[in-house]
Amino acid sequence: MASVVARNVVKAFGSTEVLHGIDVEIPDKAFVVLVGPSGCGKSTLLRMIAGLEKVTAGEISIGGQVVNNVPPKQRNIAMVFQNYALYPHMKVFENMAFSLRLAKASDEIVQEKVHAAADALNLREYLDRYPRQLSGGQRQRVAIGRAMVRDPQVFLFDEPLSNLDAKLRVQMRTELKELHQRIGGTSIYVTHDQIEALTMGDRIVVMRDGYVEQVGSPLEVYDYPNNIFVASFIGSPAMNLFAGTVTAKDGLSIVLADDGTVLPLAQGHGVSDGRRVVYGIRPEYLALSKEGQGFETEVVVVEPTGADILVIGRTAGQELRASFHDRHDFRPGQRIWLNPRLDTVHLFDQETTRRLELDEADSDLPRFRAV
Amino acid sequence: MAVIGESPGRMPRVTLGARLHNNNNFLGLLFMIPAGIMLLVFLAYPLGLGVWLGLTDVKIGRPGKFIGLGNFRWLAQDSLFWLSVFNTLLYTVVASVIKFGLGLWLALILNKHMPFKAMIRAIVLLPFIVPTVLSAMAFWWIYDAQDSIISFLLIQLGLIDSNIDFLGKANNARASVIAANIWRGIPFVAITLLAGLQTISPTLYEAATIDGATRMQMFRKITFPLLTPIIAVVMTFSVLFTFSDFQLIWVMTRGGPFNATHLMATLAYQRAIVGGSLGEGSAIAVAMIPFLLSAILFSYFGLQRRKWQQGGTDD
Repeated sequence: MASVVARNVVKAFGSTEVLHGIDVEIPDKAFVVLVGPSGCGKSTLLRMIAGLEKVTAGEISIGGQVVNNVPPKQRNIAMVFQNYALYPHMKVFENMAFSLRLAKASDEIVQEKVHAAADALNLREYLDRYPRQLSGGQRQRVAIGRAMVRDPQVFLFDEPLSNLDAKLRVQMRTELKELHQRIGGTSIYVTHDQIEALTMGDRIVVMRDGYVEQVGSPLEVYDYPNNIFVASFIGSPAMNLFAGTVTAKDGLSIVLADDGTVLPLAQGHGVSDGRRVVYGIRPEYLALSKEGQGFETEVVVVEPTGADILVIGRTAGQELRASFHDRHDFRPGQRIWLNPRLDTVHLFDQETTRRLELDEADSDLPRFRAV
Repeated sequence: MAVIGESPGRMPRVTLGARLHNNNNFLGLLFMIPAGIMLLVFLAYPLGLGVWLGLTDVKIGRPGKFIGLGNFRWLAQDSLFWLSVFNTLLYTVVASVIKFGLGLWLALILNKHMPFKAMIRAIVLLPFIVPTVLSAMAFWWIYDAQDSIISFLLIQLGLIDSNIDFLGKANNARASVIAANIWRGIPFVAITLLAGLQTISPTLYEAATIDGATRMQMFRKITFPLLTPIIAVVMTFSVLFTFSDFQLIWVMTRGGPFNATHLMATLAYQRAIVGGSLGEGSAIAVAMIPFLLSAILFSYFGLQRRKWQQGGTDD
């Protein structure tokens, strides 16, 4: 097992730079998720760790050894691809045994390791089939088995679940996490699905446009997003964000939205009046309240999800989302008052997009290692 | 619904035409008729006529009579016929093997990223585009005993002292026509195999790289097995074309020197059209059928979907 460290890693394709100095430290045995919208460079970073892409500048080390010029097969890594990349002309057994055969392992070792992996993944009865005869979930298990057979130092997953249907994806998510807890092994997992990132990762690396936006545990990233991008990308339904100005009104500090809506704040936040901010509140921290408490919204669409009721309303000239655990009888056109839980309100600077509490009153927040 | 005679007055009468119009079997038959007629007139009739002629002693200008297997008995004694069989097999085997090797090599090169890829691919197709008669005449000139450019260049380079008699000596002539056939046949093999190569997902090679495969191992364990179905198709067609080749030989050597390059197709033409013995020429052509049939049978089994291609309906 080994840690993986990227130091100031740059990747350019021709004159187009796609990664601009990435610093990430992945501790031994951790399950780290690289998440971001498509085109953010997460897959490129993973492929550089695998050795499938050359490092333009900076260095990548695995287990303390710089691997920039080490060919993939000597890096002791295994990779699971989005389209599974199973060899179609080989049976499941031979697919899983391929790396061992190439390494000229003895037949007993091949049998032992492949069967061990097949047992761990419930694939025993499929060993004699061709990939084409398997379902998507089974194929993905074979791909994982092929990785396990090699006892790699690091597992790399490149969007392994995105070709599966929704229900199977949820199931495989659990299976993968459980598998990681059982066999350990440093794992780096790339996805564009923030739910997958939150549910699977010990740590999440949020990326955008070739930069790392934030690194932290799932709840750190969810509860303390570094900036507007992370706040809006992580969490579903997404955080409500309103542009406004910090203003004193009737002796209280509030945010005055650009259309005049008053958005309440906890007092003593230390942000000076007149500062242009973005006010952020997650949908689940909005409580139904009496008239005059919080702010008003007009119900546009009601989406019951079973566990919750999601209300899409209109406030300050833009869409607002609020989710309620209790049953309420909302109707389109109805006007309701919503009161935000004040300790969950975030303020972001409009210029820098950074979260203000971090800049000015960050004493009681957990500090993340600058990884 | 359409109960004839007993349908109530309001029901529209279903005519025979309308019922046939809704009958899938009838419609299917109808649509197949044009293609069927084409096949009968242009394929089945000439083939049947050829076989029939092979069983007669028709000569040009003289109606013949049915002589059963007489032509074939006669051919079995004919050493020239057997020489043409040997020549045809030699021509087909040597040319096909080399076409396959070079074609696969070319396809692998063209599958790589390289500058001017599209242009190079177009150039590779050129021999296929040029009419065979034209390229045969060009080769005829290239192989000329006096003015051959190959001889000229080799003499200039100081590698040989006198002109090579390409088409004048038996084995030289055989090698020369085979070379011309290879030149002409490579584009088909290369471009088709290239199409096959492009269906192989690049992630398979990435997975194999991580699994620790060398380039050679990737070719042997991934590329080649995945290419076998298309190789079977391409080589069957290549063998059929080569075996029945006529134009190249007829333009370049007319079967000479001393019948060293006479193929079954050229001998059949010479006996039937030039010599006027339609019956005997047809018999030679008919004698090609077993060879061609065995190539087709080979492809029939080769073309059967591999086990790994079967099963599973998704993707």
